[in-house]
Amino acid sequence: MIALLSFYLFATVMLASAVCVIFSRNPVHSVLWLILAFFNAAGLMLLVGAEFIAMLLVIVYVGAVAVLFLFVVMMLDIDFAELRSGFSRNLPFGIIIAIILFAEMFFAVRAWQAGPVLSAASAPEATQPNIVALGQVLYSRFLYPFEIAGLILLVAMIGAIVLTHRSRGDVRGQKISKQVDRRPEDAIKLENPTVGEGMKL
Amino acid sequence: MTAWFQSFGITYEWSWLIATIIGILVIALPLMLAVAMIIYADRKIWAAIALRRGPNVVGPWGLLQSFADGLKVFLKETIIPSGANRGLFLLAPIVTFTTALIVWAVIPFDYGVVLANINVGLLYVLAASSLGVYGVIVAGWASNSKYPFFSALRAAAQMVSYEVSIGFVLICVVLYANSFNLTDIVMAQKGHKLFGLLNGYGFNPLLFPMAIVFLISSMAETFRTPFDLVEAESELVAGHQTEYSSMSFALFWLGEYGNVILMCALNALLFWGGWLPPVNWAPLYTIPLLGWSAGPIWLFLKMGFFFFVFSWVKATVPRYRYDQLMRLGWKIFLPLSLLFVVIISGWLMFSRYGGAA
Repeated sequence: MIALLSFYLFATVMLASAVCVIFSRNPVHSVLWLILAFFNAAGLMLLVGAEFIAMLLVIVYVGAVAVLFLFVVMMLDIDFAELRSGFSRNLPFGIIIAIILFAEMFFAVRAWQAGPVLSAASAPEATQPNIVALGQVLYSRFLYPFEIAGLILLVAMIGAIVLTHRSRGDVRGQKISKQVDRRPEDAIKLENPTVGEGMKL
Repeated sequence: MTAWFQSFGITYEWSWLIATIIGILVIALPLMLAVAMIIYADRKIWAAIALRRGPNVVGPWGLLQSFADGLKVFLKETIIPSGANRGLFLLAPIVTFTTALIVWAVIPFDYGVVLANINVGLLYVLAASSLGVYGVIVAGWASNSKYPFFSALRAAAQMVSYEVSIGFVLICVVLYANSFNLTDIVMAQKGHKLFGLLNGYGFNPLLFPMAIVFLISSMAETFRTPFDLVEAESELVAGHQTEYSSMSFALFWLGEYGNVILMCALNALLFWGGWLPPVNWAPLYTIPLLGWSAGPIWLFLKMGFFFFVFSWVKATVPRYRYDQLMRLGWKIFLPLSLLFVVIISGWLMFSRYGGAA
């Protein structure tokens, strides 16, 4: 009963916020609706017993990706008139994407109605925590795909750093080791100047 | 408690719901009281270090100062700037406050005394604490003012930077404990070092540096001095709270201090044995004469100690510059914690599995 109620709550809010992502006029509101949709998707994951995926969804998408997304969208200087002026130009593209998405959804629903892909209709009863099961599979059967995925991410990270890194010659950065290494003998000079003669620095 | 409600003939589901709601209230209401007292303690410690008296007028020794402040704030008008984004402006403090509360669901106060004893407890903590930044970002943007906006940008960058190293530190602890469950993590620390004499991962030479990194990162994560660049008053007035007044302002404060207490609890739970006494000696586990478990007392003592450290640092260490903050997070903590993940997993592979890959 409670599980059913929470399912309908999560599902309704998720769909509603997904619709709001498209229809809200302010891009920042769109991103926030998207975050709400992610959050409710995580709730749905919890209901089917995939607690690890649910937490990962919140940590990675809500906690990191969406923050940076929001960050960028907030700093954009958005001109709504200019956005609307491109409407007719981008219309064909939009229609093509809409048709593709609709076709995919249509086939997905038809395939789902034709019967389950796996022989068992529901997931087998879990005997061990999600993480343990996932770890055992990832590090045995799917070791190579997993390692390759890691390698690709590493390359992507280095690539992003290489592309954005620039060394500027006109900046004098702080060298903390140099500051710490400085001894009083190098920095302080005691002089006893005589009256009427200046100091030579 | 679920079983107790079931004895009245209520179905399992509804008695579970009632028991959970009562559990939430039992945690959240004392937490609010603790926040009020911890603000008082913070001001007193800060005052003592600055050779001042601190709050000493309202109530005995000024104990009721926080309540007087709360009442004052409650009676003020909630001002919404005309240029602000109304809905989000009001939503932001609620988000801050709520995310500070929800993490407490998985914090164990004694063996088995926890609202939700879930397998992914530590991941839940990470997930919920990563939500906290939205309160600040949304507040900064919705205020439609320059200083809060700068503050929001700083907050986002700071949170994301320090969460990376916190994540690696947590991995070290999880590797040692073999579990993400907070209760299991604490129980794994029982008799961890010195021939089963000391309770706590902090006594382990491999994990002690990580405990320090976690302590400093938790200060950065809660925007405490010396990492309070988000509300640096010399540059940004009051940061994201500049445009707020009345209860919406108070909710930010409650959320912030709730987070500080939470980080103290996490420091105690992850590295210093949580509800276990520091020394693994049987008489320390129970209260003398009464025979009750002394677990919560040990946990609260440890949390109190860490809160004192937080206050101490706040009173003595000057604020970091923003580039120094980023340098500490990305160039020192990140490589250090990454190195320790490698060292610790190697050591565990060697000591627990005989080095066989």
